[in-house]
Amino acid sequence: MADQATFAEQAMPLMGSLYSGALRMTRNAADAEDLVQEVYLRAYRGFGGFQEGTNLKAWLFRILTNTYINSYRARQRRPEQTDLDEVEDLYLYKRLGAMESSALSRSAEDELMDTFTEPTVKAALEDLPENFRVAVMLSDVEGFSYKEIAEILDIPIGTVMSRLHRGRKALQQRLMEYAVTHGLADRPADPVPTAMVEG
Amino acid sequence: MSDCNETLRELYLFLDGELTDSDREHIRQHLDDCSPCLAAFDFEAELRLVIRNRCVDQVPDSLRERIARAIEKSPGDGGPQSSGPAGASPL
Repeated sequence: MADQATFAEQAMPLMGSLYSGALRMTRNAADAEDLVQEVYLRAYRGFGGFQEGTNLKAWLFRILTNTYINSYRARQRRPEQTDLDEVEDLYLYKRLGAMESSALSRSAEDELMDTFTEPTVKAALEDLPENFRVAVMLSDVEGFSYKEIAEILDIPIGTVMSRLHRGRKALQQRLMEYAVTHGLADRPADPVPTAMVEG
Repeated sequence: MSDCNETLRELYLFLDGELTDSDREHIRQHLDDCSPCLAAFDFEAELRLVIRNRCVDQVPDSLRERIARAIEKSPGDGGPQSSGPAGASPL
């Protein structure tokens, strides 16, 4: 039975994930709060249509995505980039070697991971174009399967995989920028990213 | 080893838990024998953890309260037996 108590008991504990997702989508706290409130109200009103035993978190993220697209996307203040440069596989990992010369005794890997503070990771993710950002967030942060992401976003699984593949590499490229800014690594010697014609 | 290219191609499928058991086992066996691939996998797995753990946000108390109040006031959907005014699903 989908009643108020059941909804509160099951949906309220998921608010942290929904709020984080809303923040990554809207990129500002005021919009994220309004968005989450709208999602919870819509979810509550439609809770009778939620099939018990299916994934409530995925259902809520689907409402989040739809509500964002319908009501919030138009308000985005930041100009939206829609495509990505082509970035090679294992972008960050291949650049670890260049950081090995650090004077610190800790391993370059630990040092690099420590550079990626909360604000850094959030900013790098939020810098990705929306399509890629949302796919990476749903997978890497929320742990949804490809199939769940396909259902949440109403796109084919192949599209999910391609957005994840390119989005993750672009995220690594942005994280590398922070490592460079923090003096942890030299600017990559190779001329990446190579601009690529959209295919 | 040609297996390395194949293994690295499947790195994300592996980390995403999207491989069949037999493909998973195949990758595991390769990683047992190939420390360069293992290092790359470890790095990506660690990075994934870092990303996940550092994209957490505290929900403001005021928002929790705002939502709880809004739900209390909302007619809601009492399920199939409901005689309430909320008939249509928002989805």
